Amino acid sequence: MNNVQNCNVAIVGGGTSGLALATELTRLGADGVVVLEREGEAGGVPRHCGHYPFGVKELKKVMKGPDYARALVYRAEKSGVDIRRGTTVTALHKDARLSITTAQGAYDLVANRVVLCTGVRESSRAQRFIGGERPQGVITTGALQSMVYLHGQRPFRRPVIVGSELVSFSAIMTCRHLGIRPVAMIEEGPRITVRQFMRPYPAMMGVPLHFGARDLRIVGHRQVEAITYTDAHDKVQTIETDGVIISGRFRPEAALLHDSHLVIDPATGGPSIDQYGRASDPAYFCTGNLLRPVETSSWCWHEAVEAAPRIVHDLAHNRDLTKGTALVVSGDALRFVVPQRLVQSDAPHAMEQMQLRLKRPTVGHLIARSGGKTLWTDFLQSRPERRILAPLAPVLAARDSQTIKMDIIEGH
Amino acid sequence: MPPHPADSQEFDVAIIGAGVVGCAMARRFTLDGARVVVLEKAADVLDGASKANSAILHTGFDAPPGSVEQKCIADGHREYLEIHEGLGLPLLKTGALVLAWDGEQLAALAGLVAKARENGVDDVEVLTRAEIMKREPHLASTVMGGFWVPREYLIDPWASAHAYLLQAIANGAVLHRKSEVIEGRHDGAFWHLTTPNGIIRSRQVINCAGLYGDIVDQRLLGQSSFTIKPRKGQFVVYDKPASALTSAVILPVPSKTTKGVVIFRTIFGNLAVGPTAEEQTSRTNASTDKVMLEDLHAKGVAMLPELGNYEITTTYAGLRPATEFQDYQITTDAARNYITVGGIRSTGLSAALGIARYVASLNSITPLGKPIKSPKMPPPDRLSNYHPRDWETPDHGGIICHCEMVTKREILAALDGPMPPATLQGLKRRTRVCMGRCQGFYCTGPLSELTEGRLDPPIGERDE
Ligand SMILES: Cc1cc2nc3c(=O)[nH]c(=O)nc-3n(C[C@H](O)[C@H](O)[C@H](O)COP(=O)(O)OP(=O)(O)OC[C@H]3O[C@@H](n4cnc5c(N)ncnc54)[C@H](O)[C@@H]3O)c2cc1C
Ligand SMILES: Cc1cc2nc3c(=O)[nH]c(=O)nc-3n(C[C@H](O)[C@H](O)[C@H](O)COP(=O)(O)OP(=O)(O)OC[C@H]3O[C@@H](n4cnc5c(N)ncnc54)[C@H](O)[C@@H]3O)c2cc1C
Repeated sequence: MNNVQNCNVAIVGGGTSGLALATELTRLGADGVVVLEREGEAGGVPRHCGHYPFGVKELKKVMKGPDYARALVYRAEKSGVDIRRGTTVTALHKDARLSITTAQGAYDLVANRVVLCTGVRESSRAQRFIGGERPQGVITTGALQSMVYLHGQRPFRRPVIVGSELVSFSAIMTCRHLGIRPVAMIEEGPRITVRQFMRPYPAMMGVPLHFGARDLRIVGHRQVEAITYTDAHDKVQTIETDGVIISGRFRPEAALLHDSHLVIDPATGGPSIDQYGRASDPAYFCTGNLLRPVETSSWCWHEAVEAAPRIVHDLAHNRDLTKGTALVVSGDALRFVVPQRLVQSDAPHAMEQMQLRLKRPTVGHLIARSGGKTLWTDFLQSRPERRILAPLAPVLAARDSQTIKMDIIEGH
Repeated sequence: MPPHPADSQEFDVAIIGAGVVGCAMARRFTLDGARVVVLEKAADVLDGASKANSAILHTGFDAPPGSVEQKCIADGHREYLEIHEGLGLPLLKTGALVLAWDGEQLAALAGLVAKARENGVDDVEVLTRAEIMKREPHLASTVMGGFWVPREYLIDPWASAHAYLLQAIANGAVLHRKSEVIEGRHDGAFWHLTTPNGIIRSRQVINCAGLYGDIVDQRLLGQSSFTIKPRKGQFVVYDKPASALTSAVILPVPSKTTKGVVIFRTIFGNLAVGPTAEEQTSRTNASTDKVMLEDLHAKGVAMLPELGNYEITTTYAGLRPATEFQDYQITTDAARNYITVGGIRSTGLSAALGIARYVASLNSITPLGKPIKSPKMPPPDRLSNYHPRDWETPDHGGIICHCEMVTKREILAALDGPMPPATLQGLKRRTRVCMGRCQGFYCTGPLSELTEGRLDPPIGERDE
């Protein structure tokens, strides 16, 4: 039997969310706050992002990722948070019990509440069904950043970047840091995924952009030699290259959830939560990018700070076991909604807004309905990967009813 | 040219090729008392057909009765069960269900059951639809019937071959990598094999060159009695939680109209769907292809509807060394003490130990030294998700790969071991780093540092 330790709040993941939450919990008077981080250093993804801008809103300073990460760690430790590095949570159990392993050995940690803050990662080549051979030199932006910024290692010299999300652009910056010169950026969709004002940036950096690229294939036996794709005119194009950066298409890092008793929302790939951020087991809270793909660090920081008072309140009361009403998306335009469940509780500090994402560019009216009754509606024009918010108050008023459906009536 | 380290040495047996067959062969002949050298073209072992397969330990229930293949699979299966504990190799006793999804397949079941019994696999059991659904509740309800083959199991495709070869090495065999046999001549008593590193002298040659079996025969004998026709098989591998969807290996009923696919758990804890069967000319190009992968995914979801909810971890392809013949091509040239072990198409992992026994029994073998009574047992790679892993034992130095829970201690043990990996691929096969769901997001960085100067090509390079 493993040895057992106890704490008040166990936070799984010491990235932006976990650290911001731990600091705020401590500031609000919670004691026994422990952050469990599997890496040798806390700080999460920003630790790998050696570029600006981090911290603008939350720390009122323009910082590079690693400096920002250090600042978050410093603030947490100064306020008395116990950050345990090199500490991997291997399983989640009922009654807020965690299985933990470290280089020295294993133990169980039993908390009053657990908060999951394990973030997101990018989809791999396989998840996008990118065909071809399997040479070395096909990596995600995250892996590239860790190699370049944390280890000073250069995996290739003239790679192709697949994707055109924000992170694809930071891949360009990461490359330039070590003198790597991307030769092209390839997007499967018909246009750039980030906002249109970013459109000239790759060209400015000397990286040509190719849209509407289908059937990507990687060529090369030991190392990448080329990437081929079918263009909008059905022509097969070949770009010679020595590496491929697979960027974006984020997925919540939900491995722990999959093996646990907690309910997962297939639409987000993250936990199914209520308006207090509680998973299907009310001893487990969740915050940060684990909730959904994907937001900025600044957003996650604010989300975590807002989560803190609800956890403090919950600690002081009995775990609320109220059954909830489901909040779901319907139709084929909406991809997901968070939270997925609304409970009948008048506890303070509930979320004020729901977060949604689209599957495709859409113009129309976003509408909240319950049993044929319209609860709320507003005009919406947006695109995939953009943040969409809607007020929770009008739907919370109807939460004792049946399923609440979010839908879009398209057209002007 | 630098002198070969073993230049002056003479061997009883030279084995060409370190695929699973060559590895098993090296073990058998070493334990039987021969001085063995293994010559492998690639920078690392298991770089050919043995790189990628389904890792099912078959019983041979559906092999052609009376074939060499059937005999070798049955013997190989038996020997694996005898030696796996001693070698620390995992075995997952899943059993297999052969399932029919349409009338044609249903009609073919009886014939398959009869064939299994003829092959001595007499523990197969015909099941009703209800019995099948009870065993595998996640299957689509369109399944019509099937039978149970209790002794189809799952193993670690790489650790097993590594263990065979490491045991040979621990007991005196010599392995030369980057040693392609380019040509050779027989002087009546000895073979002189030319490799880029020098000439190897051996009384006997066993060609275990897999996808190059015909080419090696042509180089050494001047002709080959078969032609390799590489047949590609692609796979889609799902995230570990998907493994809860099946217990048994789900095998198809081969029929005229459709070539079904297999759904199987892996010993590493994943669930996989595949393989395809595509003839091609290239002996090296194991590329995957979007259309085929999407088709595999669709076939998997059709049989196991919930599969669609799980993430894909990886995709890969392997090449079977098929020939124009159905059976294995094991032939001897007694005058020149030369044995060809060719066309070990799609069952070589299961049959390897049996093939080695079969070859050892062929009478053209030169008399050998004394069998080794208590052979040394090398420490194995322990990577099975269904058995204790290194991270569960203290002082592992920290976890480098979080998805596959690979420790620093395991990586260093592989790098400093008796058969260190020469490539990242080789390190992956020995430790599973970068093989998990994130495909290297967290571990690539630390790994590139840990392996600096040890792999070719390196994971990354740095400025001086
Ligand atoms: C490649 C990449 C690039 C990005 N670039 C930017 C950018 O430039 N700007 C920006 O604003 N946002 C960026 N993001 C978004 C990023 O997710 C957020 O900035 C922010 O890091 C989210 O904070 P988090 O705490 O939710 O997750 P993370 O910062 O990812 O922290 C999660 C932490 O949990 C730990 N963890 C996970 N599982 C376990 C476990 N089982 N046991 C213990 N610890 C565990 C991880 O090691 C990690 O430290 C990027 C994301 C990625 C993946
Ligand atoms: C898709 C697929 C699924 C499969 N599933 C299963 C399964 O579930 N169960 C099962 O039992 N089997 C399975 N198999 C079959 C199994 O993988 C093969 O039968 C086996 O790997 C063949 O091994 P081999 O040693 O004969 O060939 P190889 O692994 O190809 O080994 C030959 C070696 O010889 C080397 N070589 C070649 N030429 C020279 C030279 N001139 N000099 C020196 N070295 C040379 C090569 O580099 C190579 O390493 C599957 C195969 C595939 C492709």
